[in-house]
Amino acid sequence: MEITIITIAFIVFSLISLVGAYGVVTCHNLFRGTIWLMVSLFGAAGMFVLLSAPFLAAVQVLVYIGAIAILFTFAVMLTRSVSNLKTRFNRLNINIAAAVALFALLVVGIIAPVFISNPNLQQPISTVTRTTIDLGESFGSGNSFALPFEVASLLLTATMIGAIVIARETDDEV
Amino acid sequence: MVPLWFYLIVAAALFSMGTFGVLSRRNGVAVLMSVELMLNAVNINLVAFWRYLTPEKINGMAFAAFVFVVAAAEAAVGLAIIISVYRNRHSVIPEEADTLRG
Repeated sequence: MEITIITIAFIVFSLISLVGAYGVVTCHNLFRGTIWLMVSLFGAAGMFVLLSAPFLAAVQVLVYIGAIAILFTFAVMLTRSVSNLKTRFNRLNINIAAAVALFALLVVGIIAPVFISNPNLQQPISTVTRTTIDLGESFGSGNSFALPFEVASLLLTATMIGAIVIARETDDEV
Repeated sequence: MVPLWFYLIVAAALFSMGTFGVLSRRNGVAVLMSVELMLNAVNINLVAFWRYLTPEKINGMAFAAFVFVVAAAEAAVGLAIIISVYRNRHSVIPEEADTLRG
């Protein structure tokens, strides 16, 4: 396989993503953890660009990095006094073994036999892809994803109300 | 383009790291961050499979967009619960929220 600019970009973005994920699961200070989370999500956004889904990359930056990571920052600061726990991990060795076993199972059990050995599944079957315009039309079309789109908007509204109700400070709190 | 399994390996590694975080971190906020990592790995897989196997359909991108919505909802409600538990018990350790334990 020749080294192209896309290969280099993929390696860079995957390294960004994996290093960020490592920072999230190992950091002492959770505030830094949210910054590592942003780094990891940014690497994934770069991968979406390489996969010719620029709209999803933009949504990743706007929604994940712009909204969810900021939400985590707020949660870390609101629970600040105990965010530096003495012990970071429960049952560290068993959990490392479990995670490594899961990774090995995924690679040896699924990815290697199905996707590495099969030459038909190596490269995209076509260079023509659906675009963001098609995605927008599918969200508006009754034959496609109009109903799930409306349900998603309802879910977000219910989430917003529910989060406010749960986190609100009330007088008769137990 | 790079072979499909490059993306699958990276997504599997991200998912395994997220699993490790969910299982082992003591802070509830860190557990939720690890859940976000796992959802993100799933999203990479969805988009990679869409691009490599069925780029002529819209389903893969649409499903990834819905995963974004569900992830946002999960983060908002989860953090609200953590803040509520912290206010009541002054702890963000999930193991100490054991009122419903039998």
